[in-house]
Amino acid sequence: MAPIGTLHYLVVAAALFILGVIGVLTRRNVVIILMSIELILNAVNLNLVAFSRLWGLHGQVFAIFVITDAAAEAAVGLGILIAFFRNKETVNVDEVDLLKW
Amino acid sequence: MLNYVTSYLSSNTTPGQAGNVLWTLIYILIVFGGVSVSVIAMNWLERKALAHFQIRLGPMRVGPHGLLQPIADAIKLMTKEDIIPAEADKFVFMLAPLIILCASFAVYIVIPFGPTHAITDLNIGILFMLGVSSLSVLGIVMAGWASNSHYPLIGALRSSAQMVSYEVAMGMAVVSAVLMTSLHGLGPYGVGVGTSGTGTLSMIGIVQAQQEQHVWFLFKFFPLGFIACGIFAIAMVAETNRAPFDLPEAESELTAGFHTEYSGLRWSLFMLGEYAAMMAVSSIAVTLWLGGWFRPFPNTLTGQTWDLVFSLFPGLTFLGLAAIAFVGVVRMPKHAYFRAQTIGLVGFGAVLGLIGLLLFVPPVRDRIQDIFWFVAKVAGFMYLYIWYRATFPRYRFDQLMKVGWKVLLPIGIGVLILTAILGVVL
Amino acid sequence: MQQIVQPGMQPVATTFFFYFLSGLILLSGVFVITCKNAVHSALALIFGLLAQAGLYLMLYAPFVAGVQIILYAGGIMVLFLFVIMLVNLERSRRENQFNKQWLVGLLAAVALGALFVAVYAKGKNLFPYRIAQPIETSNTQEIGVMLYGKYMFAFEIASLLLLVAIIGAVVMAKKRI
Repeated sequence: MAPIGTLHYLVVAAALFILGVIGVLTRRNVVIILMSIELILNAVNLNLVAFSRLWGLHGQVFAIFVITDAAAEAAVGLGILIAFFRNKETVNVDEVDLLKW
Repeated sequence: MLNYVTSYLSSNTTPGQAGNVLWTLIYILIVFGGVSVSVIAMNWLERKALAHFQIRLGPMRVGPHGLLQPIADAIKLMTKEDIIPAEADKFVFMLAPLIILCASFAVYIVIPFGPTHAITDLNIGILFMLGVSSLSVLGIVMAGWASNSHYPLIGALRSSAQMVSYEVAMGMAVVSAVLMTSLHGLGPYGVGVGTSGTGTLSMIGIVQAQQEQHVWFLFKFFPLGFIACGIFAIAMVAETNRAPFDLPEAESELTAGFHTEYSGLRWSLFMLGEYAAMMAVSSIAVTLWLGGWFRPFPNTLTGQTWDLVFSLFPGLTFLGLAAIAFVGVVRMPKHAYFRAQTIGLVGFGAVLGLIGLLLFVPPVRDRIQDIFWFVAKVAGFMYLYIWYRATFPRYRFDQLMKVGWKVLLPIGIGVLILTAILGVVL
Repeated sequence: MQQIVQPGMQPVATTFFFYFLSGLILLSGVFVITCKNAVHSALALIFGLLAQAGLYLMLYAPFVAGVQIILYAGGIMVLFLFVIMLVNLERSRRENQFNKQWLVGLLAAVALGALFVAVYAKGKNLFPYRIAQPIETSNTQEIGVMLYGKYMFAFEIASLLLLVAIIGAVVMAKKRI
């Protein structure tokens, strides 16, 4: 088998990204959509850290900031979800259509 | 092959760092076995000590002075019926105790029993330990959720809220200790001239920093190290859901909280995980503040004779335990029904005495020193756990959260800031 | 393959661990997007995050791995599990979990895949010819130096962002503002 190079990690990150995008587009449960977004962020992180092995530590520092932002975003997103759930008693994203004509 | 096995014996790094798979596996097995035996011993000690605190005797029947009680408990738990509540999520129900167990045991990878006696020495040792012990919150949440019942759910929510709150205070205390590793002066207030060195997160590095500064971090910048260790000691009791912070699992409050619906072997996995977590966080406290594996007074009482005196301690400890066992033998009632127990206790005392004599042999004596002092300090902390349980009344949940956020966290941040200021100014 | 393991050499099992960990990540990703039960998805995501921490360790990034375990697996996923427990309804479990946009999802996946292949094919010769092998034993110290040196501003902004997020989440989850 070929020695593991950067390309291997990039392929894994790309596959994870695609899985996250499919999850965001095809699921109806808001929480699972948020978790797919976390998958996307993780794919980006993997990409950053894989490249930081080639180019220096900047990628890892960026990855740490991405993780911090993901935490903030998850907290705010779930807060919105709870506020919405209190009004409408559903987590189905198809029923979030109060502003539709 | 033989070269591979013996080449490690003369190295001075941990087997994980040396990349030696065989010795890593051997160390893992030894640590795993040691932890399991310690959990059994801790179970017995807790029941006996609590009983004696409450002026009663505790288990006396099963073995001599109840020494075989944990084994009887284990057999009982293993033969109980395994009940899974209806409508419970089976997969998650079965997975929850495993997560807690794996999280508690994974911490032992980096615990240093000596300068080379650790399974490995990660560069991020203390960060890894804090992170992995925070994974047990997930197991508790899942256990409460999967039980599909009210009491476990409330218990799980309360327990996880408590653990998450006290993790923050623990983190502050740990950062204070890590700050102290970057200094290189001597003594409690020494900082060293020139620019400060870089600190380290590795567990062995932290203990070696204490050695270089000739002081336990408990006494560094007195009273700051003391307060930081106190914060960690209180937070670690809350982290492991032990008295006086055991509202989520107290029997009179919530019918055993998140592990209500677990019976038999699964419940024993929870108990195993809890005791393992207790020992793990005690080991963190010992490594960070109490000087790890170093004997008391390595710098004030130096020299060959003092080294010899302190190296006799392991053997003397076991001989002392054997003496206590023989006193128990003498005081056994002289009745035919007690013959088996008397013989058992004599055997136990003999085994302890033999171990003590073995620890006097010079080659063993030199190697066992570090491990003995480390384990002795951890045993002290474990005894404190039992003492707390016997002495303090339980916190109410809102009082618990208030202590975690309004008392420990500000004090922790204050200690951190003062440590940093002293490190720069002095 | 002859395995000559000597102390100090990198373990030869790197290939095995890479395929094992990345297989675990991809499998958990598949489970996240296909499980009907939200708790099972969250569990799968937790395993995926832990496997990704292992991949970070293999990429000589121990600090990022530690941060991933503490923050992501031990913090964010606990948050997710709490919210799932709060909003999990009996009724929603019997509804159809997948909307009818699977075709769009497939198209998006194919388009993204083609984009990635194109980007890699074009940028293949931008890879440096040598690996900037960072020293693993001082990884945390170097990241600390960079965080407090070059990226100080971003660091402070991140802490401000966390403060805003905390306040926002508290305000949104209150019953009466």
